[in-house]
Amino acid sequence: MDLYEYQGRDLFARHGLPVLDGGVATTPQEARTIAERLGGRVVVKAQVKVGGRGKAGGVKLAADADEAQARAADILGMDIKGHTVHKVMVTETADIVEEYYFSYLLDRANRTFLCIASVAGGMEIEQVAHDAPEKVAKVSIDATKGVDEATAREIVTTAGFPADVADQVAAIAVRLWDTFVAEDALLVEVNPLAKVADGRVLLLDAKVTLDGNADFRHPDHEALEDVAAVDPLEQRAKERNLNYVKLDGTVGIIGNGAGLVMSTLDVVAYAGEQVGGVRPANFLDIGGGASAAVMANGLEIVLSDPSVKSVFVNVFGGITSCDEVANGIVHALGMLAERGEAVTKPLVVRLDGNNAEAGRQILDTADDPLVERVDTMDGAAKRAAVLASQGA
Amino acid sequence: MAIWLTKDSKVIVQGMTGSEGSKHTRRMLRAGTAVVGGVTPGKGGQTVDFDGTGVPVFNTVAEAIGSTGADVTVIFVPPKFAKGAIIEAVDAGIDLAIVITEGIPVHDSTAAWAHNVAKGGQTRIVGPNCPGIASPGASNAGIIPADITPAGRVGLVSKSGTLTYQLMYELRDFGFSTCVGIGGDPVIGTTHIDALAAFQNDPDTDAIVMIGEIGGDAEERAAAFIKEHVTKPVVGYIAGFTAPEGKTMGHAGAIISGSAGTADAKKVALEAAGVKVGRTPSETAQLMREVMQGL
Repeated sequence: MDLYEYQGRDLFARHGLPVLDGGVATTPQEARTIAERLGGRVVVKAQVKVGGRGKAGGVKLAADADEAQARAADILGMDIKGHTVHKVMVTETADIVEEYYFSYLLDRANRTFLCIASVAGGMEIEQVAHDAPEKVAKVSIDATKGVDEATAREIVTTAGFPADVADQVAAIAVRLWDTFVAEDALLVEVNPLAKVADGRVLLLDAKVTLDGNADFRHPDHEALEDVAAVDPLEQRAKERNLNYVKLDGTVGIIGNGAGLVMSTLDVVAYAGEQVGGVRPANFLDIGGGASAAVMANGLEIVLSDPSVKSVFVNVFGGITSCDEVANGIVHALGMLAERGEAVTKPLVVRLDGNNAEAGRQILDTADDPLVERVDTMDGAAKRAAVLASQGA
Repeated sequence: MAIWLTKDSKVIVQGMTGSEGSKHTRRMLRAGTAVVGGVTPGKGGQTVDFDGTGVPVFNTVAEAIGSTGADVTVIFVPPKFAKGAIIEAVDAGIDLAIVITEGIPVHDSTAAWAHNVAKGGQTRIVGPNCPGIASPGASNAGIIPADITPAGRVGLVSKSGTLTYQLMYELRDFGFSTCVGIGGDPVIGTTHIDALAAFQNDPDTDAIVMIGEIGGDAEERAAAFIKEHVTKPVVGYIAGFTAPEGKTMGHAGAIISGSAGTADAKKVALEAAGVKVGRTPSETAQLMREVMQGL
């Protein structure tokens, strides 16, 4: 889960890292109140989970509370690269003398963590790495040892931080690492880390990604989820423990196994090219051992998407037995009909693998006019794409 | 022969008395795997009956190895306890640890990996979040169905479980030497490259299927390795061409970040290394069919 800047800033503050005082506002009036508390002169920053908001006009300086209210009114509701601004962060201002870059992240290739630090901060680090790679220090972190004083000094030296900020940066490096570990983060990025006029080094931005797999030991992380910003279908699927991602096409997809479902999306998109660019409407992995209830939940979510014109159920029975899946589909259609939500969109079903023959038999016996059986994945994808293109 | 898992492998199951652990222990035994013990702290001394086969339970991996000579462990313990289970297996000096558990925090997998490295890297860790290893006709460690395909001379390495099963099924008339599911997490113990190197050196593998998916650059690195070190034919498949940027597609590791980790980049890299890449699983199977018929 990616955090908003203000959430990352709060997290940093809670772990004792030096940040500017501030607050988050959803209305211009709230922004004004925060500005008044901070003494008037503030920065108003759009809260969006996308880069480049400064260039888009999403960061403004305000001389007093009146101006803060006006700038917040300008920024709230603004569209930044497809993201509507619903919140602004209002903070104290700082007289920046120097801008640096500092991050900890996962290094998948080396199966460890990495510190990236640079004295050329304030701009895209990818750009710095491209233009002046010598200005970007990468220090691998041993996960068994973490970042102690010695490692922090190594980072400071390797990146070439000036002597007058070395102690402060080293202390921040240690504390930020502790935050990174304590919160089960996959990324903490500070750009800029800045030296301000009075000599202090402050974290002036916060980009934080948390590991959802670690939620079991962070009950407080759930509250960080911006439920309002989540697609409503994704939210409903999540409440039912379904692995669902909303996409922009018209063929609803249900399958078992993440890899197979990803592959199904691709195969449907290829088939769709032949019929006017039909695309998959969603990713939905029902996992192993799909019971009738899971299938019903899945079908219900997919069918409640108004953009879905046809549904492709693609199951390879590994551990899952295809007769159970077939029973699941039949029961699901029955359950939906009983609830008065009778299915009106065509379903194309492909069953292969464990007990496929028995599963096919069950579907044939049920003989639902909306359910079509196709024996190959490619053939079924074509059929589902054609049905979707006909608008069903 | 096969890679890593052979008919001589002696397998223990960490978490054997849990529901997933016991279900799959029964399946492994049915597949002919030599499951010689289970490990559940506090339940040592018990014996669990699986269709007439009694499997002893030990409190620790070290005890299990001491009593049975086990060299492989399959780990089914819940995410919360998985890091401890992996570290225990490493400390006990097991050769191969297959981690089936899905949902382990990345900091835990990374710490377990670092621990293994610090101990000299004696243990091959496969997974986490993987279906395990199947050497058809010899042994089966994990949750890969044993009856999809007989033994043969194709090797397979994959990030995805169900795509592995799909390809095993499509190529069942040729059969497989070993199928390795390396898992869909961002940090995994065994990579495509490790499996490619082992298949290249395995006299009983003639050709290799490699299945990848979006996220990270493991496939790109595998492509570079193939170019340098693999002389056997490799056929590839990549899932996730239609995946949007920034969304996790089921597997924790399957996410495109900015312009990194796309299926296109992986396909281009593999093709540049001389790997034939199928557009669909069945086209991939057909490419392998042609390779095997041409040998």
